[in-house]
Amino acid sequence: MKEFVASIRKEFLHIFRDKRTILIVMIMPVVQIILFGFAISTEVNEVRVAVCGDLSDPQVDKIVDRISHNKYLTVNMMISDPEEIEGLFRRNMADVAVCFERNFDKELRSSGKATVHITGDGSDPNTARIITGYVTGVIQEIQTEITASLTGGQQVSMSPVVQLMYNPAMKSSYNFVPGVMGLILMLICSMMTAVSIVKEKETGTLELLLVSPVRPQWIILSKMMPYLALSAVNFASILLLSHFVMEVPVNGSLLLLSAVALVFVVASLAIGLLISVISSTQKVALMISGMGLTMPTMIFSGIIFPCESMPEILQWFSDIIPAKWFIIMVKKIMIQGDGLGSIVKELSILTGMAAVFLAVSIKSFRTRLK
Amino acid sequence: MDNTGLNAMEIRNLTKRFGRFTAVDNISFHVRKGEIFGFLGANGAGKTTAMRILCGLSRPTEGEGTVAGFDINREQEKIKKHIGYMSQKFSLYPDLTVKENIRLFGGIYGLGDRKIKEKTVEMLDMLDMKDVRDTLAGCLPLGWKQKLSFSIALVHEPQIIFLDEPTGGVDPETRRRFWEMIYEASMKGITVFVTTHYMDEAEYCDRVSIMVDGRIAAMDTPGRLKEKYGAADMDEVFRIVAGRAKREE
Repeated sequence: MKEFVASIRKEFLHIFRDKRTILIVMIMPVVQIILFGFAISTEVNEVRVAVCGDLSDPQVDKIVDRISHNKYLTVNMMISDPEEIEGLFRRNMADVAVCFERNFDKELRSSGKATVHITGDGSDPNTARIITGYVTGVIQEIQTEITASLTGGQQVSMSPVVQLMYNPAMKSSYNFVPGVMGLILMLICSMMTAVSIVKEKETGTLELLLVSPVRPQWIILSKMMPYLALSAVNFASILLLSHFVMEVPVNGSLLLLSAVALVFVVASLAIGLLISVISSTQKVALMISGMGLTMPTMIFSGIIFPCESMPEILQWFSDIIPAKWFIIMVKKIMIQGDGLGSIVKELSILTGMAAVFLAVSIKSFRTRLK
Repeated sequence: MDNTGLNAMEIRNLTKRFGRFTAVDNISFHVRKGEIFGFLGANGAGKTTAMRILCGLSRPTEGEGTVAGFDINREQEKIKKHIGYMSQKFSLYPDLTVKENIRLFGGIYGLGDRKIKEKTVEMLDMLDMKDVRDTLAGCLPLGWKQKLSFSIALVHEPQIIFLDEPTGGVDPETRRRFWEMIYEASMKGITVFVTTHYMDEAEYCDRVSIMVDGRIAAMDTPGRLKEKYGAADMDEVFRIVAGRAKREE
């Protein structure tokens, strides 16, 4: 035990002595959260709405009136032909267009169905998504009121058809906090652990430790300790930032969230150990974790691109990325406020992955020693 | 504690194979207590593999023996506790201070806190390094680093010290001073097992063995080896013996 404590102390000394790295590690989540939160902001204000339809139609008038009273939306022009929309977008004179079909009121009363066409400017997909969301929301609200006021109690529906020009693939909000959390934890636990082990392999000091009476598994475990501590600090800082600055709520159990994070961290540490076994230099370890881990995590875990819109083969591929499952669980717990019951599947998959990675990496590390 | 009488190390018919490759081929030797034993051989002759087995880092495929009185097949953990190991290239952590390095190695060799403190004071005093105790080891001159890592390898008072090319890349004067330290340790009864590429250093050893193609091709005192091969110095002996190697590096 004395030996173990001595080697843990050493690992912490290494980290604290390397001021630059620790600074980067501590600041990285803060910068990423702020970057994703503000610079890539999806907040939308003073949206200019172009309306195409007959204002003498009572329902149209009512909806337009409601839209213009919405605090985020302003109706800034009326157009007579939907063909004009593209021109408006190109000249940046409107952000969204709402087109009502002819005889909107009459259609609604006779058949109970009427069509509203909402066209967003997809050249800025995130904003467009939010805007069309707002507009759809406003229209749906009116729809329920109309349903109630119409005589005969007949169910009416105006089906808003949302269409995004130029870019139909969308990113959802509240995505980046779980995403950044997954990315940072993975980065610290896998990449930094791998690099720190390979560094000792490269300089030969690992041999020095192995020739000492400290058992190899304790050496490895002590190497992981500082990164475990670092990821706990980062986990807390991301949560605090997202709660107080980004106002992303933690609706579910914090304890469950931490438990899930721990499982993910164990999986990542195991992957880090595996990388350190197969790479002989720090450069190789960095390459493997960068190209083989960070990039696929960014792309396939749903941080940037939603997995649902990927081709089927890539969706299968995304299933083997541990971060994907972690992020899904974080979303469920943090944002949807779900309990253990609804994450059983994801948690079992992640735990299984952690167990497999751990077994494989310990086995290959042992073989390496022989 | 020691059941092998006068020998610090006794190795019989040691063989190590990796698949079909035989790295160490049936070697036998013994090293007396307090002896300085030079373990020579060209790169790829099987030196490192044999040394790893003696240090308890790897198990032999065949053969038996004891190091510091402990079985090389079954008591590797005990062997590790009773030997010291130093290799000039990487025996200190450059980003830890002198004191932290001493403390680390004292700690991983199982010394208690009080013992480590005593040892630190004693060692800094002996090496005359009190002024640099809080300096990062990486900032020390090479000669100092070497002295320090040698002393650190002895921090747990081992019976045997393994020196793996301890003077690689060091100037002759520093090397000479380092050998003075080796002699001092040997006088205190510590057995020294050293590998080197410098044949002038081989002259300093009590006995040397020269490994060729996994076998020990020659083993005796430097004086008798020179006599046997009719050589002027150990360099010539080495060239004659190792020149018969068939194995490529």
